[in-house]
Amino acid sequence: MTTHVPPALGGLALPSYPRPRGVHPPLDSPEYRSSLLRAPKRQLVPLPQGLTEVTGPLLGEERVTAADADLTGRHGGEPLGERIIVTGRVLDDGGRPVPDTLIEIWQANASGRYAHRVDDHPAPLDANFDGVGRCVTDSGGRYRFITIKPGAYPWRNHVNAWRPAHIHFSLFGRAFTQRLITQMYFPGDPLFAQDPIFNSVPDRSARERMVARFDLEVTQPDWALGYQWDIVLRGTEATVFEQEEAHR
Amino acid sequence: MTRPLTPSQTVGPFLAIGLPWPDGPYVVDDDAPEVIGISGQVLDGAGEVVPDALIETWQAAPDGSFAHPDDPRGAGDAEFRRFGRCPTDAEGRYQIFTLRPGALPAPGGGTEAPHLDVSIFARGLLDRVVTRIYFPDEPAANAADPVLRSIDDPDRRATLIAVADQGGAPGALRFDIRLQGGRETVFFDV
Repeated sequence: MTTHVPPALGGLALPSYPRPRGVHPPLDSPEYRSSLLRAPKRQLVPLPQGLTEVTGPLLGEERVTAADADLTGRHGGEPLGERIIVTGRVLDDGGRPVPDTLIEIWQANASGRYAHRVDDHPAPLDANFDGVGRCVTDSGGRYRFITIKPGAYPWRNHVNAWRPAHIHFSLFGRAFTQRLITQMYFPGDPLFAQDPIFNSVPDRSARERMVARFDLEVTQPDWALGYQWDIVLRGTEATVFEQEEAHR
Repeated sequence: MTRPLTPSQTVGPFLAIGLPWPDGPYVVDDDAPEVIGISGQVLDGAGEVVPDALIETWQAAPDGSFAHPDDPRGAGDAEFRRFGRCPTDAEGRYQIFTLRPGALPAPGGGTEAPHLDVSIFARGLLDRVVTRIYFPDEPAANAADPVLRSIDDPDRRATLIAVADQGGAPGALRFDIRLQGGRETVFFDV
């Protein structure tokens, strides 16, 4: 191949996303047995943030329909379980909303069973619930799903291991650096203490940021309980400078 | 930071109900002019296949453009999605159909060789891991690439360069991802 030399950036500045420290779980978390043979053992190599990293897919309305945000309304009948509304905002770490960004969720049904052929938990499937939703944040970074509170379910990580109820959330943000997949939990779950996935996040306050807040304002009378959960993605360096200035 | 970040969690074993898209592997149609098929297997530290992973790719267009407001050079063709997504199958295999990206000006000067950024998600990974796919027929560009040059060990560097897929279509590439073990793929802190 002939080497094509692209024009230089010419001093044009790219945004810079500071690397998070002490927030995300270490890949090597042996209490979570599935990590034993899958977590890389070598030190990660620092990747300078270039054009590929500070850009990212801007996926939006073309990938969703209005019906995708209501997981209870797509199968002809009402799913079993406790109907809930889950809403909140996607922000960056400077508190700025992340608008027009795709959110994808998936979850177990009210009995703690996923609509997946590999899930062999002896709990019933629900023909009216597939546990999959999508939406795009609005101009204020806000999202809203209507779904069913997922059930807890057993797994084989350790003796009598149970996952606390959770909803998987996938977010793109606006840049490759901002990509995040996480889980939303429910307040006061007695299963937190024994769950190695929840507890893989070393910092207690960081763990609490994965727990939604029950909200009577979001709750709709005679219809559905409401939960609020904000998701915070990495922001750019400029944001951090602004904040440091603000604290002086 | 006024707002502390939300931590990452694993996708778990059932990501396949939520994340795959029918058109995910097709960054371009598999019969598009100049299409390149990139396939490979995801393997764990025991050499076993990983059948519950998801691969995502992000790259420049063939002319080196993006269609993104943070590219100071301006926006390129927005029709080219630049993004691919494929779950692994029972043999741990994924496949993406795309076009060869252009070279890019590097942030610290110099030129980045054509590459795809790759995110790997799987049960057992509490956060995504990130690697890059470079092209085997770009020896000069690869030799000048600042990221490849930052990796001293040639065996480690080689884990980032795809190989010709012997059994595949002409021009097809193979890129295996070894999460752990003696030939562990280079993963990046992005």
